[in-house]
Amino acid sequence: MATDLTNSNVAVRETRIGSITGYIGTLSDLASQSQCGTLKGCSRCFSQSSTCLSLCALSQLASIRDVAIIHHGPSGCSVTGSNSYYMSKVMARKRGVTSDTVYVGTDMNEHDTIFGSTDSLRNIILETIRRYRPKAIFVSSSCATGIIGEDIDSVVEDVRSEVDVPVVAVHCEGFKSKIWATGFDISDHAVLQGIVREARKDAPKNNKVNFKNFFESARPEIIEMFKEFDLEPVFLYCNSTVEELSTMSENLATTCICGTLGNYLGNVLEEKYGVPYVRSINQCGITGFETWLRALAKATHRESQIESYIARQREIYMPKIEAVAKELRGLTAVIGMGPGYTFEVSRVLDELGIKVVWALAWHYDKKYENGDVPPSMKYLLDNGVDFETSVADQQNYEVMNILHEYQPDMYLSRHPGSTVWAIKNGTPAIYVADEYMIFGYKHTLEFANSILDTVRNRSFETNLAKRTRLPYTQWWYQQNVDKFFEETK
Amino acid sequence: MAKILDKQRYKCALAAMQSVQAIERACPILHSGPGCAQKLSDSTGSSGYLSPQIFPCTSINEKDVVFGGVKKLETTIANALKVIDADLFVVMTGCIPEITGDDAMEVVSRFQDDGAPVVFSSMAGFKGNNYRGHEQLIDSIANQFMQSGNVEKGLVNIWADMPYQDLFWLGNIRELERLLREIGLRPNTIFGYQRGVENIKMVSRAEFNLLVSPWLGLQNMKTLEKRFGTPFLHYPILPVGATETSKFLRTVGEFAKISSEKVEAVIKEHEDYFYYLISRYADLFLENRVINKQFSVVADAHYALSFTKFLVNDLGLIPAKQFVTDDTPKHLQEAIRAEFQNLNYGIKADVDFQTDGFKIHEDIRQHDYHGYPLVLGGYYEKELTESLHGNYLNVSWPFLDKVVFDNFYVGYTGGIRLIEDIYTVAVRRFN
Repeated sequence: MATDLTNSNVAVRETRIGSITGYIGTLSDLASQSQCGTLKGCSRCFSQSSTCLSLCALSQLASIRDVAIIHHGPSGCSVTGSNSYYMSKVMARKRGVTSDTVYVGTDMNEHDTIFGSTDSLRNIILETIRRYRPKAIFVSSSCATGIIGEDIDSVVEDVRSEVDVPVVAVHCEGFKSKIWATGFDISDHAVLQGIVREARKDAPKNNKVNFKNFFESARPEIIEMFKEFDLEPVFLYCNSTVEELSTMSENLATTCICGTLGNYLGNVLEEKYGVPYVRSINQCGITGFETWLRALAKATHRESQIESYIARQREIYMPKIEAVAKELRGLTAVIGMGPGYTFEVSRVLDELGIKVVWALAWHYDKKYENGDVPPSMKYLLDNGVDFETSVADQQNYEVMNILHEYQPDMYLSRHPGSTVWAIKNGTPAIYVADEYMIFGYKHTLEFANSILDTVRNRSFETNLAKRTRLPYTQWWYQQNVDKFFEETK
Repeated sequence: MAKILDKQRYKCALAAMQSVQAIERACPILHSGPGCAQKLSDSTGSSGYLSPQIFPCTSINEKDVVFGGVKKLETTIANALKVIDADLFVVMTGCIPEITGDDAMEVVSRFQDDGAPVVFSSMAGFKGNNYRGHEQLIDSIANQFMQSGNVEKGLVNIWADMPYQDLFWLGNIRELERLLREIGLRPNTIFGYQRGVENIKMVSRAEFNLLVSPWLGLQNMKTLEKRFGTPFLHYPILPVGATETSKFLRTVGEFAKISSEKVEAVIKEHEDYFYYLISRYADLFLENRVINKQFSVVADAHYALSFTKFLVNDLGLIPAKQFVTDDTPKHLQEAIRAEFQNLNYGIKADVDFQTDGFKIHEDIRQHDYHGYPLVLGGYYEKELTESLHGNYLNVSWPFLDKVVFDNFYVGYTGGIRLIEDIYTVAVRRFN
């Protein structure tokens, strides 16, 4: 991959890494088709709403401390600003720091769609700077500004000459990719383009590791653990400072909690600045955690400390985990998550003896930036794990059809608004929202116990399901899941 | 013209999908980008029969922008009718098809011709905010779905606040129904539990429409009057507490020609209980060290006006500046401003129609509240009020500090609930 950091646009995942949103088959078929290049995703002639890439991109950027997001579009686009405000306040407070990040909209109206509004945009950017003195400014487009051809790049270029902080154009037209995770790449691209500096020749040698995650809930324990290895994590982007981001190029390595989230950043830092990107299955479960630790050890030359840590932790946790796993053995699960997590969590369920009967990935990246099949999938296949798989673009009617047919012991999901439908079906649901919910030995044990607690008491979902009328017709439940699939033209 | 939306308090027109969601067994079909529904949804009370995550949506992509999305809209509607078990479908177009020029109305009309319960409503985000979208939605339903019927005596449609944008919408509308029932009327509403298509069909049979709102819905009242000849009563204040609710009941009673004895009897019963409660807690109002006399409300016209009336006319507080944040249409602002000036003892509240949160915060910061300020507002006012050592209550969008199932602030009981909430904040602190 050759990354172009001079262009404010980043190619969408469909063209860059062959991502798809529609597939039905098995894990092994999905993998072999992606390896031999025959995989072609399907589209749908009936769909339910999904996610906007601007939500992924701008929420990421808005979690950086003391920056400004200017979302140029109608008021619905920038409505995310209210949640970003909340998040930046509560996350900063939790960490004991402050953040004055602002997220403003431009309330574009009909007049603007006809005559354009670059002058207003320019004034809004300057007014935001005057009000808040942000350390960096991200100016985003929307569907409406994209279609009418508003030249955001020129406005940004123009303002840049007047201010002494980075001003970056972020292209977030919601229609341009069906893969909302493209938004993660867009935010990485903006940071790489506008904030990250060349490593200084005389930069002092450091022991920092770029750690891409969402909301740093395991921050204290990771800092503690890294201390043992003489490493220091720099968590990204929640609560990051612009200064921290600017020197990512000087750090020892990059790692991430979720390949879908961190892949672009990791690869570009490696390609442009020689910062090694730790590529492995992620930290979920035992094998995941140990494989990741060893990959980290290799990248940072910490083999002996890390092996000793693994040995000590194993002694504490393995007997406990095995005890719970005994009680979980034989349970069945359907799982629906982003591809980063679906195939990672499937591995953990396999470790715990739970049988995955169907795994739905919201999208699927055929190849990662370096051209490989995602490590999590490779691991499953190398270890003889296979199950029915679909790529489902968060289509709830497909999930419900599957749950209705398989009636599994549990449904695991990671996205807002998804678990409720499982419990209305009477299926116990586990919301794997916190990215650290299955991190390492300790959280794998907690996760196993949470599953046990969930399936032991099914009162809530049983009571609710008994009294719920589902919004899907009987006709739909009798159809095949791929009823509305169409070949992509 | 584009303007700075700093600490925004409304959404775009397409968020009227939430008003559709509030009608039982009604389903929005979005002709929009894939993420509009998720962005425009709130995660409080949203996982009912349908949730925004499962609204049918054409999820417009780049090809549809270039070649048009009409075909996709057609298959999405046709299949939604097969997959989703609903009584009414509302096709709502977002920004993209409105710019590229998809003729969605034409597509919808073909389904209508076949007798499918489908309504079309143009909701381009750039055409206005969700308040306007809500009005547009009700107009579309009135024009395309309602049929004339014979007027039934005593039947009254109540139109008040906007579902979800107002967290208290369900409780409020039910309480308004109860009040009307008590004075002998038969209320009809279209939002919430057991209110669906049957209620929509009843709208044209009402003796009159009752709009309880400063401006939102006024356009709908005119539409319904024009289409079905139904007169309307516009009561511009959401009545909170004894003073305003009694006034409200008298006004409605008079308009509906109900004997004043009957109305007065209902009022007396409520006022007696209201003042029984107030008198038991009056010492709390007077003998605490953290609630002072001056307050500000930062909310849409509904709440800014009704809370100002209540806090001044019932609780004897003094209004500092009040902020109306819903981008009220200019030509409707004067009438609302006049209501802010019509308070007991000739007290006048200074009101600012303001969508720029930065300016609101500057004003609050600079005002001398003669002590700890009381700020009823959106989540944005939390940190600000804390920094001023004031008392803050989240009463307007964004609601990020509160869970409400069916609590309400309207009526006699609603006034008591508001006092409970304010003093719950107060008793948590000492100086």
